Amino acid sequence: MITSGKGGVGKTTSSAAISSGLAMHGHKTAVIDFDIGLRNLDLIMNCERRVVYDFVNVINGEATLHQALIRDKRCDNLYILPASQTRDKDALTKEGVEKVLAELAADGFEFIICDSPAGIEHGAFMALYFADEAIVVANPEVSSVRDSDRILGILQSKSRRAENGERVAEHLLLSRYNAERVERGEMLGVEDVEEILATKLLGVIPECESVLKASNQGLPVIHDAQSRAGQAYKDAVARLLGNDVEQRFLTPEHKGFFQRLFRRSA
Amino acid sequence: MTFFDYFANKKPTTASLAKERLQIIVAHERNLRNQPDYLPALQKEIMEVICRYVDVNVDDVDVQLDKNGNCSVLELNVTLPNTRN
Repeated sequence: MITSGKGGVGKTTSSAAISSGLAMHGHKTAVIDFDIGLRNLDLIMNCERRVVYDFVNVINGEATLHQALIRDKRCDNLYILPASQTRDKDALTKEGVEKVLAELAADGFEFIICDSPAGIEHGAFMALYFADEAIVVANPEVSSVRDSDRILGILQSKSRRAENGERVAEHLLLSRYNAERVERGEMLGVEDVEEILATKLLGVIPECESVLKASNQGLPVIHDAQSRAGQAYKDAVARLLGNDVEQRFLTPEHKGFFQRLFRRSA
Repeated sequence: MTFFDYFANKKPTTASLAKERLQIIVAHERNLRNQPDYLPALQKEIMEVICRYVDVNVDDVDVQLDKNGNCSVLELNVTLPNTRN
């Protein structure tokens, strides 16, 4: 599952990128939007006009899982289950969510990515309850780091794994990282955040113009292989799959004299 | 102050301030999170008992649970008022 506590740090962007990345590696992947009432994953993945049935319809038995799953147009192995836009938030029940997850697993899905809503309300709880692994997206900024610590505490005390005396595997994804500002002492560095949260680093996503450009078009940023953010997500997915990939984008790009000179016009 | 100190940036950076503040608040919140659910009720009842015998202020009773490895220590600190003769 993908979570953060705080809103606007890049959960949905990360869900779209990571699920696409897993599918690009050939794994059958489903990505579920848990943000009932405020769905946006469909927009980020450019399938907003193909939504007919949603997560809540499936839970209520108004549609089958197959009717509600939207096949991604770019990756063969990727399916999106959109959130409901109008229903009340309590429409997600533990039993209902469990049933959908079990049906997906029985259908041969290797990865089920749960895109959590912000906050620590019911929807976020439903998204984290069944998690085996959690990717906590944080920005190098005080409120985001504090909220991440809070959500990590909830994960290790309120999830099903915690109830069974097990731990949820934690991964830290630090997004909107600006290495220049870190170097100037204006932004928390990756080691600082790792130290405060005591969580294993999955990857650092540099602050990058490509993220907005990608969401404008509904193209998960991982497909932009030229962009720094796209490459960083690719690395993160490879690490998630157990590959040893060195961290990148931790130091400022050293610009040449002419690049500095023409920065404004670029 | 040497000549070079004059140019050195003596002020802590805002990032290090952020780190320091976060370490404090996160440690504090983790402590609260790890305390057992019964602690607030226990604290309240202990205070009621003490107040029955001694005239103390609610703020003068401090109940804390500390963990030392495998062993938890319940620490009770009561500031008693000056004894009457």
